[in-house]
Amino acid sequence: MSKNYYDAADLRKFGKITEWNEELGAKFFDYYGKVFEEGSLTAREKSLIALAVAHTEQCPYCIDAYTKDGLQKGITKEEMMEAVHVGAAIKSGATLVHGVQMMNIVNKLDS
Amino acid sequence: MATKSLKARNNDIANTERQLEILSNGIFANRELPTFATKIKETNQFPLRPKKLEILQINLGYMCNQVCDHCHVDAGPDRNEIMTIETMNHCLEVIKKTGAQTLDLTGGAPEMNPNFRWFVEEASKTGIKDFIVRSNLTIIKANKKYHDLPDFFKKHGVHVVSSLPHYTKGKTDKQRGNGVFDKSIEALKSLNKVGYGMPNSDLRLDLVYNPSGAFLPGNQQALEQDFKKALKADFDINFHNLFAITNLPISRFLDYLIASENYDDYMTTLVDAYNPVAVQNVMCTNTISVSWDGFLYDCDFNQMLNLKVASKVQHISDYHEELLQNRNIVINQHCFGCTAGAGSSCQGVVA
Repeated sequence: MSKNYYDAADLRKFGKITEWNEELGAKFFDYYGKVFEEGSLTAREKSLIALAVAHTEQCPYCIDAYTKDGLQKGITKEEMMEAVHVGAAIKSGATLVHGVQMMNIVNKLDS
Repeated sequence: MATKSLKARNNDIANTERQLEILSNGIFANRELPTFATKIKETNQFPLRPKKLEILQINLGYMCNQVCDHCHVDAGPDRNEIMTIETMNHCLEVIKKTGAQTLDLTGGAPEMNPNFRWFVEEASKTGIKDFIVRSNLTIIKANKKYHDLPDFFKKHGVHVVSSLPHYTKGKTDKQRGNGVFDKSIEALKSLNKVGYGMPNSDLRLDLVYNPSGAFLPGNQQALEQDFKKALKADFDINFHNLFAITNLPISRFLDYLIASENYDDYMTTLVDAYNPVAVQNVMCTNTISVSWDGFLYDCDFNQMLNLKVASKVQHISDYHEELLQNRNIVINQHCFGCTAGAGSSCQGVVA
């Protein structure tokens, strides 16, 4: 057993999840592949969305995968950082908007 | 950014035997990764054999005005290996009788060979169908004596293929040196001005993209669209096609991979992306590469590793196409670079 919860080498083994459930694993990877195909959004736009979400999910595997994917697609480091800030802005906004809930409760309880 | 070749710096990697040693040891020797031979045996593609010869690629010398970080030739201003007139004459004899439809001149900066123009004039008289010169663009702006190159190319119906790693200044200069992007843009404008790369123009101008580090190129078509859109919007520049080329783990790129501790991961990425369909169309199956001193190789990369063709005929002065075509192609682990994903060749993707 590894001493670390995360191991970079595990990313390459992602496909192996299919071995323990062929049907669901295959369906997932089929779906996953389709999602990232060129559609109404370009593959480039999808890659940047994935990079932002990878950060908000704080998934090291996804950050690794979509940073490399961005480089392959010719996305610049400036574009990548802006995408990360979009994720961060939503994260902090999501925290701060709950401040209204706190204000509501204070206003109701504290005369 | 280095200003000298590995050879001039006496770097270990300048030694081709050392490179082959690296490519055969480590993760390949301990069987963590399969060798290229093992991999192509899986699909009954071993030994790799030539198909119809289509491209004769001639390297006019390793001298270059640039010292790009990832150059597989280890080219630079300090390299003085240059093709002589005598060897050029041997090449012309071959060009006259070859079945190949494409002549592809490369370097270094081929324009720096003092007999470059004479050779192009002579070669253009042979009626070769597609006559490519691989120009690094900046050479056109490097010195007054090169300023008329766009007109010269046009006069001889040359198909210009030029490297441009990215449509932004930052990424291009990081890889190819400060000021390279601005000069390249000026050169592209000069080429457009005489008709190169314009929509519906017969004067072909294609660009070559290679990644700026230890990662694979993305989808060639998508990259071409991004390049076209950006170069048109920012500089009003036109070109025809973009060739996406994978960096092969040899010479300066190998040195970079090792120094940056990316070698194992990069080789793993190449092997993981192995595509047997790409093997069917790798360029060594339709190309002969000629070095500045007239020796024959399966491709430009084998030339840089000093892996000569496995044939009785090894020099342009003894050239015999039929004999040459009956040979096994020399392979090693660097070949994974041409078979990853959509594959890679001097003409871009192959699968």
